[in-house]
Amino acid sequence: MGFLALQSLTKRYGDFSAVQDLDLSVGKGEFVSLLGPSGCGKTTTLQMIAGLVEPTSGKIMLDGRDLTHEKPNKRGLGIVFQSYALFPHLSVAENVAFGLEMRKVNRAARDARVKDVLALVRLTGMEDRYPRALSGGQRQRVAVARALVIAPPVLLLDEPLSNLDAKLREEMQFELSRIQRSTGTTTIMVTHDQAEALSISDRVVVMEAGRMTQVDAPYRLYENPATAFISSFVGKMNRLDGVWRQGGADIRGVQLPCAPSEMSENTPTTFAIRPEKIALCATGSGQIDGTITNAFFLGDAWLLHVETAAGMVAVSMPNRGEEPARAGMAVGLSWPPFALRAEGPAERPS
Amino acid sequence: MLKNGPVALLFHTLVVGFVLAPLVVICLVAFTPENTLSMPWRGLSLRWFRAIFDHPDFVISFQNSLLLGLLSATLSVAIAVPAGLAIDRYSFPGRDAINALFLSPLIIPHLVLGVAFLRLFALLGATGDFSWLVASHVIVVTPYVLRLVLAALNGLDRSVEAAALTLGASPFTVFTRITAPLILPGISGGWLLAFINSFDELTMSIFVTSPQTVTLPVRMYMYATESIDPMMAAVSALMIAMTAAAMVVLDRIFGLDKILVGQR
Amino acid sequence: MTTNRVTPWLLVAPGAVLFLGLVLVPLVLTGVLSLHGYNHTTGIQPDFTLAHYRAVLSDDYYLGIFWRTFRIAALTTLICALIGAPEAYILSRMRDPWRSVFLLVIIGPLLVSVVVRAFGWSMLLGSSGLVNQAMQALGLPSTRLLYTETAIVIALVHVMLPFMAIPVWTSLQKLDPAVEAAALTLGASPFTALRRVVMPQVTMGMLSGSLIVFGLSASAFAIPGLLGGRRLKMAATLVYDEYMHELNWPLGATIALLVLIANLVIMLAYNRAVEARARRTLG
Repeated sequence: MGFLALQSLTKRYGDFSAVQDLDLSVGKGEFVSLLGPSGCGKTTTLQMIAGLVEPTSGKIMLDGRDLTHEKPNKRGLGIVFQSYALFPHLSVAENVAFGLEMRKVNRAARDARVKDVLALVRLTGMEDRYPRALSGGQRQRVAVARALVIAPPVLLLDEPLSNLDAKLREEMQFELSRIQRSTGTTTIMVTHDQAEALSISDRVVVMEAGRMTQVDAPYRLYENPATAFISSFVGKMNRLDGVWRQGGADIRGVQLPCAPSEMSENTPTTFAIRPEKIALCATGSGQIDGTITNAFFLGDAWLLHVETAAGMVAVSMPNRGEEPARAGMAVGLSWPPFALRAEGPAERPS
Repeated sequence: MLKNGPVALLFHTLVVGFVLAPLVVICLVAFTPENTLSMPWRGLSLRWFRAIFDHPDFVISFQNSLLLGLLSATLSVAIAVPAGLAIDRYSFPGRDAINALFLSPLIIPHLVLGVAFLRLFALLGATGDFSWLVASHVIVVTPYVLRLVLAALNGLDRSVEAAALTLGASPFTVFTRITAPLILPGISGGWLLAFINSFDELTMSIFVTSPQTVTLPVRMYMYATESIDPMMAAVSALMIAMTAAAMVVLDRIFGLDKILVGQR
Repeated sequence: MTTNRVTPWLLVAPGAVLFLGLVLVPLVLTGVLSLHGYNHTTGIQPDFTLAHYRAVLSDDYYLGIFWRTFRIAALTTLICALIGAPEAYILSRMRDPWRSVFLLVIIGPLLVSVVVRAFGWSMLLGSSGLVNQAMQALGLPSTRLLYTETAIVIALVHVMLPFMAIPVWTSLQKLDPAVEAAALTLGASPFTALRRVVMPQVTMGMLSGSLIVFGLSASAFAIPGLLGGRRLKMAATLVYDEYMHELNWPLGATIALLVLIANLVIMLAYNRAVEARARRTLG
């Protein structure tokens, strides 16, 4: 059993199941993300772990101790709230010291701990500022410091980066990862941003409508999404409807090689391929030919829309310093044999 | 997320009981068949409601208060809307002073206003004149309207007006077609609040009304200090019913909590 | 901002003229009036004197009424704070629809005429009123409540409660509910969280509520008029009597102006305190 274990954790509001039979085991020092769209139950799960929401049934175990009915102030977990929830009337140092004060840590030890933690989150010198005088990123760091100062066995992060602008968000992602690694604190982060979850987690838990649908390392989740929902939610994906025929894909009459699957012959099937797996080549030399209808320059990459006999295909190419193609050009498309996957039965027969 | 405990709910129940008790008692006593102020233990009767119509002075006072409320609320809107626009939209010398002048009746006790008006009206020979009474009520209720108008203007997205201008509307059209409809809930909420405040005003009015212009609250106060019979309860019950109706209307058009919480 | 010079003046002019004429002028006239002498047979004298101010500020009768007014207003303010602030907190933790319903119950009576509410209390507290009946049913002796300071304070608390609940409610609305949860997760007990995190942030609301409640209570007229009887006077009923029964307008004006000055002094002192506090907490 893991360090933190959720056992058939369930939360119902009347007839509505916010979280249904969640089983999850988190190892010590692990960074796990709960990923899903809003309303999927990820925040409710976090609040149950924090003790702010009472589970309808199931158990929460921490290092062999049953936390399920423990009051939030007795759990000793560190929580970073989405709004940060800093105490507006207390200075940075007083905010961070609050948890130690509640634990009756003496002043000298308290001051030393606060100093260490503020150094860890790179806020040395900001001790006497008030929250309203801080930038978004600084407030975020104070919230993290306040949660970490009590040396919690588990750190819970509720959408910690959602209130920051894009550039700062990327910076803080790596910052959070650095802090987590240097303290070795077991961390659970709730997020709806797949890029955030993929980049800093050891494992990602995908939730859909209150249920856990896949738990995997970020790379495996990206390469082998378990459901159609995950494949479209995590990263970009070309999805083409066709039929499984003779061990490969038949999309609108075009035969294409495909990764092996257990589909039976002639089943209407949705096929999926990531845009970055496709390369341009001379017409006739790839798996399929097409015409570029649009070319979008994204800075670090190009996104091309290619009209083919199998349908519209998006192709992403890294920017190598030259214009690879223009709208109107006829091109061939090629990809490694198994990049095209049968994702499952088609939602509607083609 | 966080819930109230049983102690909190008990406290809450007691507070709600305390707040409602006098109003409930009035509404019950109003239906008593007895000659004295007593609970209608032995059946209900409308006799004290009928008794009101045998007191023409009450009926006249009600008419006075109604007319006074309608006129002063309307005039205060006519003053507060342009003043609010000027204060919100323009930067001019003395703006803060003007704003403070308009809001000053909120911090001057009504008692003092009453005494001051009485002196002015006496010197002008205008004591007991209805139009001067209206003017005095306009002073008292305008701050309420102005605050709601300013709040409404403040909550308005200025880019909407800019959009109308770029689409070719004249400033006047922008006001009539865009600004006015958007702040209308604030204006109508302010009007009703002004009406209620004027209708209920006692402390200032008692100094400046004459026997001909006595308002309903003043009449009720005089009556209550002299005699005690259930007719007073019947009149009060009617006023509570009227207020409740006004509250429902206010709630519909603006959200009562917003208006009252926005008040001082 | 638009820099048009004439338009704003045209917009504020009608109101400004009315307010100057009907707020400033009458106040100045009242100030002048309070300086005129008064004779019981010939009425207001043309001469100027400070006699009324001297009389009011040295006569035990008037000082007694001022002291009672202060005492009642202070007690009302204290009780309103003790009831209104916790009630606003309880309301803020309720869920809709209860939250909206009870918010209306608490602040709605604001719209009911004070005369009506005072009359309701006079029925409840009268010698044969419900409160006394209930006390007798419990075997307690019948107590005289009506025409006592207790009655005035009870009814004033009833009238003033919304003025305390509203600012506290407003400051609670600004408070991020996660802040209290954050204190709990850091190990604070619910009481500690309330004391250390919620209380400091509603203090401003309570202060502004207290100011309004004190100011309105100190100049309240209908409640002492109907529940205090003829003998138990407060500042406002005293002024009324000087005007309507003694016909000594200059003396009445003097008392009214002293009430106004006391009100303004308290308000200024409060603003100072608020500014000092704001400077401290905003860094």
